Amino acid sequence: MKTVIDEYIRKAMFPNMWCPGCGNGIVLGAIIRAIDDLGWDKDEIVAVSGIGCSSRITGYVDFCSMNTTHGRALPFATGIKMANPDLKVIVVMGDGDCSAIGGNHFIHAARRNIDLTAIIINNMIYGMTGGQYSPLTPTGKFGSTAPYGNIDQSFDLAELAIAAGASYVARGTVYNPRQSTSLIKKALDKKGFSVVEIISDCPVSYGKMNKMKSPVDMLKWIKDITVSKKAWDGLSPDEKRGKYAIGEFLSKDRPDYTELYEEIIKKAQESGGNK
Amino acid sequence: MKQEKLLEVYQNNSVKISVRKGWCKSCGICVEFCPKDVLVPDNQGKPIPENIDACIKCSLCELRCPDFAITVEGVKEKDE
Amino acid sequence: MNNLKKGKNIKLLQGNEACAEGALLAGVRFFAGYPITPSSEIAENMARELPKIGGKFIQMEDEIASMAAVIGASIAGLKSLTATSGPGMCLKQENLGFAIINEIPCVVVNAQRGGPSTGLPTKPSQGDMMQARWGTHGDHPIIALAPSTVHEILTLTIKAFNFSEKYRTPVILLLDEVIAHMREKVEIPALEDIEVINRKKPTVPPEEYLPFKPDEDGVPPMANFGEGYRYHITGLIHNYKGLPTSNSQEIDAFIRRLYNKIQKNAKDIIMNEKYFLDDAKIALIAYGSVARAAERTVKLAREEGLKVGLLKLLTIWPFCFEEVNKLAQQVDLIIVPEMNLGQMVLEIERAAQGKCRVVPYNRVDGELINPIEILGKIREEIKK
Repeated sequence: MKTVIDEYIRKAMFPNMWCPGCGNGIVLGAIIRAIDDLGWDKDEIVAVSGIGCSSRITGYVDFCSMNTTHGRALPFATGIKMANPDLKVIVVMGDGDCSAIGGNHFIHAARRNIDLTAIIINNMIYGMTGGQYSPLTPTGKFGSTAPYGNIDQSFDLAELAIAAGASYVARGTVYNPRQSTSLIKKALDKKGFSVVEIISDCPVSYGKMNKMKSPVDMLKWIKDITVSKKAWDGLSPDEKRGKYAIGEFLSKDRPDYTELYEEIIKKAQESGGNK
Repeated sequence: MKQEKLLEVYQNNSVKISVRKGWCKSCGICVEFCPKDVLVPDNQGKPIPENIDACIKCSLCELRCPDFAITVEGVKEKDE
Repeated sequence: MNNLKKGKNIKLLQGNEACAEGALLAGVRFFAGYPITPSSEIAENMARELPKIGGKFIQMEDEIASMAAVIGASIAGLKSLTATSGPGMCLKQENLGFAIINEIPCVVVNAQRGGPSTGLPTKPSQGDMMQARWGTHGDHPIIALAPSTVHEILTLTIKAFNFSEKYRTPVILLLDEVIAHMREKVEIPALEDIEVINRKKPTVPPEEYLPFKPDEDGVPPMANFGEGYRYHITGLIHNYKGLPTSNSQEIDAFIRRLYNKIQKNAKDIIMNEKYFLDDAKIALIAYGSVARAAERTVKLAREEGLKVGLLKLLTIWPFCFEEVNKLAQQVDLIIVPEMNLGQMVLEIERAAQGKCRVVPYNRVDGELINPIEILGKIREEIKK
């Protein structure tokens, strides 16, 4: 039987470079299973990433793939999508990549509602560089640059994406791979800018500094801090503290940027150049 | 080492569980979160489906494996 | 605008307009940019003209994103342009390096203004010559061209795209505020008379394609994304397959090949013009708007009986080392007027190898160097 591994993975690159138990591989699995469910043609897919452990995902998928510069995956993807709107463009980013150095690109891609799917692997830390705190590190948690605890307030990336204008916003976890696959599938299928944040584990950086020594400890923690969207809505502000809602938050229809630009082309051509 | 790259296949008349030992990094996720305690770690921490008859084919081990090192397939009558 | 029609055509164009016009003639179908003086008219012209011919324009959130979008669009198959000035050029350096290492054709216009920092937004400068060469980190090749008239902006924009497609590399077009904003007569060539080079495509089937394996000319054929060739692109040093490598032999071969791709083809890339150099004893070497003044200086000097000539550089990088070396053996004195504190003069000194005197003449006050002051410098130097 041909598995998703045989079909979508550059097997010569395996075993992958991630640490034991790293959630990046779980998210990679969720992405290719979602694509398999949709039955997409591999030749039509472009996977774009930035910099960080999670960004190595693009090296493992048998699509046209691109491991770009730190935080810049979305503008690279914007150029690809504008140039050839028939391509299905998936952008994979880490939390630091997307919300710190790439934060401006993130809100503007959402504002334009360009038809890209952004998958953010949120392990709440800069893993590759050794555990420095990111804009998604919860307040009070530790990082190699927050040895006394993090005083920053973290972003709620889903709320940010909704406020900035995305068409689809959801959050899953690596503990719930089946749900994550389903959310990614819906996001891929959605016209416009779609965002799926996947809460993930970095046992060697985040775990080590926050009293979770093993991947198993981290997955148990992820299970404990997440509640379904439905349950979340019934919680008091106090009960919400330190927890994350998971599920689908938004799915709306709004014209995508490349469609709007087609209208511009029509207008420019009809007016014969006189606006 | 070479032997590790081999796919180890465990099968009963209902399910086939394959473990790609060369890709497995012994993280322990599949063993810990198997709802039916099908898997036990070998001396390197890699999974062995010792209680394969208890497997309900939920595939959570496969879906949660960061290394694509374990797969679960249902066995039909005509399957070898 | 929009002269993509048959027959040649004479127009009065602003430098930035001529750049947009040249880009369209070269086949550009994508522009991403961010507003900045003195280059914004290029973006404005592209925003108006591109959709008329089915092309795309996007104003990005910043200069970094503009450079990224241009690279993305080029990989997806469209010839792509971006334009900026000093502060924006600083921000583009990161992704310019990405375009270089991944051999992505594109053109970046830098309409130079005074610097550093915000500097002199509305005044000309030639302060970014060395930034063009070494702005992005690491050993890398670059092609940079510098027109000195509005007509040359048009022709060199087309050339810039041809070099970028032929050699799979970003090309920098160095304007300055004066020629970017000046209006001059431009003879727009007929479309059929323009040489347009397009990137070479792979001739092998997808399963045999090695995206970074060079042909004999040092340039790998380029498949656009979406054409059935699935491959990986990364800013990491990569092997023929495009996958990251830490093999020291592969790394060394890659960096040298990248570098030599331009250096070994320097003869094809280097363009310059000579005025009255045959019998010259004093040579001026200039480029950009300063070359206009220098050309006038030559006429004035000749009227005084001084044997002065001009070497006008159109290609800045790779530098015309041999040409200058030969010239240094012929003349007694080379004067290098520049709107900076002496940047290209450093290369010229290196090339002259002490065979003649090399003297800089510099202005950094935001004013254009005029012919009379260069003539004054000649008179001053011949007394020495």
